[in-house]
Parts: sequence; structure tokens; C-alpha cells
Amino acid sequence: MKNLINTFLLALLIGVTVTAQSGYKVGDTAADFTLKGVDGNMHSLADMKDAKGFVVTFTCNHCPYAIMYEDRLVALQNEFGPKGYQVIAINPNDPEVKPDDSFDNMIIRAEEKKFNFPYLIDEGQKLYPIFGATKTPHVFLLDSKLEVKYIGAIDDNARNADEVEDRYLANAINALEAGKNPDPSMTKAIGCSIKTK
Amino acid sequence: MKQFFLVYIFMFFGGLCFGQVTVYEKFDDMESAIMTDLSPDTTYVINFWATWCGPCVKELPYFEELNALYVDQAFKQILVSLDDPKKLESKVIPFLTKNKIQSKVVLLADGKANSWIDKVDPKWSGAIPITLILKGDERKFYEQEFHSTFELEEQMLLLFNK
Repeated sequence: MKNLINTFLLALLIGVTVTAQSGYKVGDTAADFTLKGVDGNMHSLADMKDAKGFVVTFTCNHCPYAIMYEDRLVALQNEFGPKGYQVIAINPNDPEVKPDDSFDNMIIRAEEKKFNFPYLIDEGQKLYPIFGATKTPHVFLLDSKLEVKYIGAIDDNARNADEVEDRYLANAINALEAGKNPDPSMTKAIGCSIKTK
Repeated sequence: MKQFFLVYIFMFFGGLCFGQVTVYEKFDDMESAIMTDLSPDTTYVINFWATWCGPCVKELPYFEELNALYVDQAFKQILVSLDDPKKLESKVIPFLTKNKIQSKVVLLADGKANSWIDKVDPKWSGAIPITLILKGDERKFYEQEFHSTFELEEQMLLLFNK
């Protein structure tokens, strides 16, 4: 019996590990998607024909680490929007598990924080596993051909924007703009696990 | 004696103590204090959590129960809080008191997470909770939430019984 349970737990663990390793890697080409935004419209990457790149950011309302980056995402859109790079925020959490992350609360939050980018809901939680997002916030920078160029953190200091030394994401966008590959192309940060049933 | 011990920790490892919680400004200081020179016969359970993390708070009772079950044996448990150090006295310590947390708790204040996440485990994405179970050269890493004391104990025993 005990062996059976161990085997089961091991299988479960392998399952978890495999899930964690799936998703896009730098160099992969992302598939386009269509999700509902807080403006009530459906949004696809293909709608933004002139974009030179997309900052696909899995984020949410409730997570303290996501909240720390709200103002910085608005600032990034202000800085890089005019250059042709579009921030797209996607909430991957199940609102039944985390009512703070419901679509209605997304509308309220987007208004409060004056989001200047689409804030979309991953209804049915189908998109985040395709990307391989594991937490909020979790950023995927795509170029105009939807090739994944950078995955990870926005910068190196979540708690204090004034003490940031490395603007990983901004540097990665600047690299794209200069026709180069971002270095580093992957970083890590603390975040909230994506909430599922 | 306890005072002496706290001063000792502070002097040698650069951690700062508030109540029962030692604060480490740098990951390397915490690593040398609690994750190196481990006793080869002891099983260590190290859980990374925060008071703001729902799944972390939910699984804490299982860790507390495990600690109570094995506290007199070759077992040591450390809960590493990733809370904002500014909220240590207003939030973390009241939380520990209210929930009567008996496990050892430290707070890691190092905000440069990209520099230390891979040192905890290269497989770690950065989401919490995570749990490390260590004994001698053996090491197990779980980026997941445990759902019962039994589930956690079962994993701990894989190394404890070796």
C-alpha cells in the first residue's frame, strides 16, 4: 500500500515537473490568441498589425508582486508604445479560486490604475499553459513575427522601483529595437503561483 | 543563553533578529547560516512562503504538524518568509503569534531574486510556495502546495528513512 502511494506521489511529482517544463522557450514562435479585454472587446496580436513587438505579461489584481509592477507596466507602455512595442496584460487566475481576480474586478483595477494597455482574461485558463507561465507577474517578450525573445522578470527589484539596477525587460526591448538578441534572455523573479482548482 | 545565541547568529552570519525571526539581507548570508554544513544524519525541511501567499498560508498547518511529530528526532524545519522586511513587526510576527507557529522562521529580505532563485534550485520558476527536503547529499525540490500533513510526511520520510 505504502509503495503504491509512493508510486502515485512520484507520478504526481513527475506530472508537475513535466507541466512546469512545458511552454515556450526563447526562440520558439508563439501562436496568436483571442481573449476578452476589460474594454469588452476581443483582442488578438494580429489586430496590432504595426507592432514591432509584444510584451505579453501574465499578471493579476490580487498578487502583491503583480501590484508592485502595475505602475511600472504603465510606464513601460508610455516609454515603448510610441516605438511600436505593445504591453498586453493577461490575468491567468481562476476567479472562483481568487474572487479578487474576477473580470469585474479587473475592470475596476484597470480603471483605478489607468492601464494604458489591454488587460485580458484567460477564460478557461487555456492560454497560460501554452506560454508556460507559472506565476504573476511573468513576462514574455515577442517580436513582430511572434518569436519569443525574452522570458522572465520586468526588472531586478520588485519592492523598490527606485533601487532597480537592471531593467531586464526594457533592456530586452532596446536590444530588439537595435536588431540584437536580448542578453540575458531569461531571468527569474518571485511571484504568486497561478491559481487553479 | 538565548540572548547569547542570538548575538552569536548576528555576529557570525550578519542576520538581524526581531523576536523569534532572524532577518537576512543577503541570500548568501542565509545560505551559509542555515543551508550549509548541515548535519549529515538530519533531515531538513525548508519551506519558502509569505503571509501574503494564500496557498503558502494554507499549507503551513501541515508543516507545523510535521514539526511537532518529528521535533525530537533527527529533523529540522525552517520556514523562510519572503515577506517585505518592513512588514516584519506589523504583519509577520503578529501572524506567527496568532497562528502559534513553533517552527523556526527566518526572513529573507534579498530583493535581487534573479541572483539567488537558481541557487535554491535551478528548476524553481520563482512562484511560491516551494519546499526543499535535504539529507546528506540527497535533495528534493517541490514547486507545489502540499494538501495534507500525510502528503508532506510521505515525501519527508523518503529521505528520513534512508
